[in-house]
Amino acid sequence: MARRYDQRTTTFSPEGRLHQVEYAIEAISHAGSVIGIQAKDGVVLAGEKKETTKLVDPGKRGEKVYKIDDHVIVAVAGLTSDANALVNRARINAQHYFSRYGENEPVEQLVVSLCDYKQQYTQFGGLRPFGVSFMFAGWDRHFGFQLYQSDPAGNYTGWKATAIGNNYSSAVPMLKQDWKEDMALDEAVHLAAKVLLKTTESSSLTSDKCEFAVLTVKDGKVSHRMLTNDEILAESKKLEQEQQQTTTTTTTS
Amino acid sequence: MDSALGLRGKDFVLLATDGHAEFSVLRLKDDEDKIITIDKNKLMAAGGPSADRTMFCEYIQKNIHLYRLRNGVTLSVRAAANFTRGELAYYLRRNPYQVNVLLAGHDEEGPSLYWMDYIASMAKVSRGAHGYAAYFVMSILDRHWKPDMTEEEAIEVAKLCFDELKRRFLISQSSFVVKIVDKDGVRTLPRFAI
Repeated sequence: MARRYDQRTTTFSPEGRLHQVEYAIEAISHAGSVIGIQAKDGVVLAGEKKETTKLVDPGKRGEKVYKIDDHVIVAVAGLTSDANALVNRARINAQHYFSRYGENEPVEQLVVSLCDYKQQYTQFGGLRPFGVSFMFAGWDRHFGFQLYQSDPAGNYTGWKATAIGNNYSSAVPMLKQDWKEDMALDEAVHLAAKVLLKTTESSSLTSDKCEFAVLTVKDGKVSHRMLTNDEILAESKKLEQEQQQTTTTTTTS
Repeated sequence: MDSALGLRGKDFVLLATDGHAEFSVLRLKDDEDKIITIDKNKLMAAGGPSADRTMFCEYIQKNIHLYRLRNGVTLSVRAAANFTRGELAYYLRRNPYQVNVLLAGHDEEGPSLYWMDYIASMAKVSRGAHGYAAYFVMSILDRHWKPDMTEEEAIEVAKLCFDELKRRFLISQSSFVVKIVDKDGVRTLPRFAI
């Protein structure tokens, strides 16, 4: 019975649901998780890279975080091939805006344009929806630092801190507990590392297991960069020490 | 025959155009307003055939308003100027609008004035003029313009320009519309009839 409403992406089931779209959203929750946190002086994106064999040569390009423009970066969760197509579109959109208005596209407009495109595939038949969720981090003159999350249906929301992908439902409560209004960027990076370590259930963080990107404003200019392996290892070490401290205090008390 | 001039002061921009509407060799009226209010902190003075002028000014004004409705934020003066220039350039290779534009505004970047012609050249300027008037008033603006001019000083300079146009321009113009844009919005000054 249910199958009758599974095949076509754009047909409502008798319960008023779009199964294919829901499956697409479901697929994201198995993808490598992404955590985004806003701080008072920047935004951090952290992504988990799914374990692959060490025979894979990753090359120079990362697989989780992409640059859209100088002022916007995005982390992806879901099908990488779908993400590539959408990232390409977002880049064109950002450059088109710049050529038209002579200044950077406001972050929300970029998110909206991409979400409008994703939404089309939940409405017009014959094609499957994009199996990607995005976490956008950006800065613009209207609203300063911003963090947005989008899903395959074309919904988007702004956040102070959130997570998508694998284990996001356990990451979000952790963020809720530890996020503070006037966090500095290094604290946010530390929190992201802590949450990522817990959600991935691994013992340590290295650059072949995860990617960290930070976006800041320096002298009125937006800049962003990936954290180096050494920086990630340093965060990982700091977390280990903290963990040891808590275990020793609990054993002594 | 339209005359348009603009000058940027300390914290405002002044725009002025002649107030004449023409048909053939006739002067139809002398209180024609050729400076359109784009939004609460932007003005656009335009010169050219009156049909093109009204069409283009409204097209820009309405599109900037549409942008505000769609996106919930207002374009900066720079973005508005770039957009306007882009539209001129787009139509230049299709069916061109024959308009010369002075776009003035005040935003976070302070007061700014953009000069654009009908072939879609654009320059950010401190003072500028369009039409035959440019031949007469540019030297006056160069002589009297100062970076931190007050409103009174700017009006005086504008008056010098109007006098010159009345005295030396063969198609003597004697009525001018003057508007000012600053952080509080746009204002129209009483009509200058000399």
